[in-house]
Amino acid sequence: MTDAQILEAMTDIFRQIFDDDSIVLTPSTVANDIPDWDSMNHVSIVVAAEARFGVKFLTAEIEQLKNVGDFVALIRKKLGPAA
Amino acid sequence: MQSPPPAASSTPPPAKGLQLYWLPPPEPWHVAIRGAADADDAVAWKTLVQVANTRLDFIETIRLDRAVRRRFPGPPPGLASSRTARLALLGSSTLDHLLPGLRVGALRRGIWLDTYSGGYGQYLQELLGADSALHRFKPATVLFCFDEEHLFGTDMLLDARDAADLVDAAARKIENLWRLVREHFDCPVIQQTILPHGVPVFGNNEHQVPGSPRRLAQALNQRLREMAPHNGADILSIDDRLLMDGIGAWHDPALWHRAKQEISPAASHFYGDLVGRLLAARLGHSAKCLVLDLDNTLWGGVIGDDGLEGIKLGQGNALGEAYVAFQRYARNLSKRGIILAVCSKNDEANALSPFRRHPEMVLREADIACLVANWDDKATNLREISRRLSIGLEHMVFADDNPFERNLVRSALPMVAVPELPEDPAFYAQCIADAGYFEGIYLTADDMDRGQQYQQNQKRESLKASLNASAGNLDDYLASLQMELLWAPFDEMGLQRVTQLINKTNQFNLTTRRFTENEVRAAMEDAATITLQLRLLDRFGDNGIIGVIIARPVADRAAAIDTWLMSCRVLGRGVESATLNLLVEQARERGFQRLLGEYLPSEKNKMVEQHYPKLGFAGLDDSECGTTWKLELANFRTLDTFITTKKSHLITGSL
Repeated sequence: MTDAQILEAMTDIFRQIFDDDSIVLTPSTVANDIPDWDSMNHVSIVVAAEARFGVKFLTAEIEQLKNVGDFVALIRKKLGPAA
Repeated sequence: MQSPPPAASSTPPPAKGLQLYWLPPPEPWHVAIRGAADADDAVAWKTLVQVANTRLDFIETIRLDRAVRRRFPGPPPGLASSRTARLALLGSSTLDHLLPGLRVGALRRGIWLDTYSGGYGQYLQELLGADSALHRFKPATVLFCFDEEHLFGTDMLLDARDAADLVDAAARKIENLWRLVREHFDCPVIQQTILPHGVPVFGNNEHQVPGSPRRLAQALNQRLREMAPHNGADILSIDDRLLMDGIGAWHDPALWHRAKQEISPAASHFYGDLVGRLLAARLGHSAKCLVLDLDNTLWGGVIGDDGLEGIKLGQGNALGEAYVAFQRYARNLSKRGIILAVCSKNDEANALSPFRRHPEMVLREADIACLVANWDDKATNLREISRRLSIGLEHMVFADDNPFERNLVRSALPMVAVPELPEDPAFYAQCIADAGYFEGIYLTADDMDRGQQYQQNQKRESLKASLNASAGNLDDYLASLQMELLWAPFDEMGLQRVTQLINKTNQFNLTTRRFTENEVRAAMEDAATITLQLRLLDRFGDNGIIGVIIARPVADRAAAIDTWLMSCRVLGRGVESATLNLLVEQARERGFQRLLGEYLPSEKNKMVEQHYPKLGFAGLDDSECGTTWKLELANFRTLDTFITTKKSHLITGSL
């Protein structure tokens, strides 16, 4: 899976959780960019990503995420190298 | 396109997310939601309810909830009061993430739910403080969920007595909270059992460690189940779900530490569905009748083609045994009060032959309250079954192995619940149980012989038909039934059944007023109020408690009939007239001079619109919400019936 594909899947998760099809994620998107992105929704996003990609994040990994780009990189690492 | 996770990982696998697998897969449903935004209220609400009745995962549930709240920030105009609810969620951990699932769980049952979630661990202050946000919210149901660390602390006790004291103290604390809810809000409580997420310290013989968290949770859950029935509390059995789904599906220790979420968001939609069942059951919306297809549903193969010897049923054959097990499950449902019916595309003689002659059939003709086998479409036949049994379509579940028939019924009769039965019959029973259609609140003696009562009803119907055929008239038929109406004022013994009837009777119900058990008790204890519970017997058997009346004193020496309801099972037999005779007699004894009747129209009670004029009441001015009627007792002449009326102390016991 390429970074672009991961970003696309993440965008879909965000659009679902915030019921807003206008959301466009970039690697530099941060929580402040999306009004409803609070700690509760953050947990939902992480759990949704785990279910979508079939991976499990470590607590320490989650705590280091600073933006969507970090998140995509973490997922890529979990999935192994792009085919 | 998905690559497998690296094999070397030693992290536990992610929760796949619990599936509401009995619901059909979602259509491209955000399109439907968008449509709902512009549609008129009734269409929009119907669309959203239909979307909720598809197999949404937790993320889709969050999305649907946002769409619903945007479209309906308040209840949809015109929605019946029994389709709205106010739920307060109080507990010791993070709960906000459960709210979307709760609202959608209610929406799935056509209920618009307003929710309130208390501050983390603030429940006692909120209950006690009369000016708290909780009091301003005025809940109609309170859901408590406590985690074991909150109740038992984190330091494991080894002394058996200390451990027992800890459980006892937690039980008393919770019982006290239930009492506070009763005092402040007089509303039902839903108590979630403790989710046992403590990690074992001893292994298989964990029970030997008195203070083991797991053991404490089990002991407290046992206590909660014992206390609940006397306290008007319903149990939400999250611990039972763990047996089905595993702890990993419900609880993620990483999220517990990160966000103090005891229930994982990945299970929140399922949690909401479990609560939705309880809310719906309290509001009288649980299903009452299971309608079964025959070929490849109750047995393997096609009876019309394969014949009695050819169908697969029992006989040590794996498939045949699975059908026997499903029949056993259906029979067990019938024993607890669910009516069974059959809807099959077959010649009737073929459909009946296994019931009569197959040695391995578990279900017999006597277990089926109504069997319809012909070549009409199944939607038409379900309507016919609904009519014959006087059970509303929205109280029916239709089990059919054939996806074509399922979809046909779903589109023609969206109010009928149609589970996506798994392909393997070995999983039929589990599927129907997991769907929670028949959620019960309390089991009464009446539930236990209801199947028999409907069966007797069918015999009455056939007697009626034969009398008609032989040019006999209805009077002959009614006289031949030898009906006896037993009555008593409300009593402690009958309180649960009376409360149950008050809260679930929809059709023959003049006012559809719902009361809690405490409110019913208050009416019982008020000497000036006339309360009547009625039981009807006839030559075919016992119809159980079939009627409830509450009439309260008002000005001008009148008794106002606050509640008059009757079971539809006994319609058309003159029970209304016999009941009025009795009510008049009771009112006269207490010195009343007139009766006031009131009809409040609802979605379902059109059948009693003319109830009072038919009984000789005179019309008064229509009120805003219905019609009012008056009967002068001085002018009343006893109505003719074929029913003997008798006061009895045995009204709720078995005869």
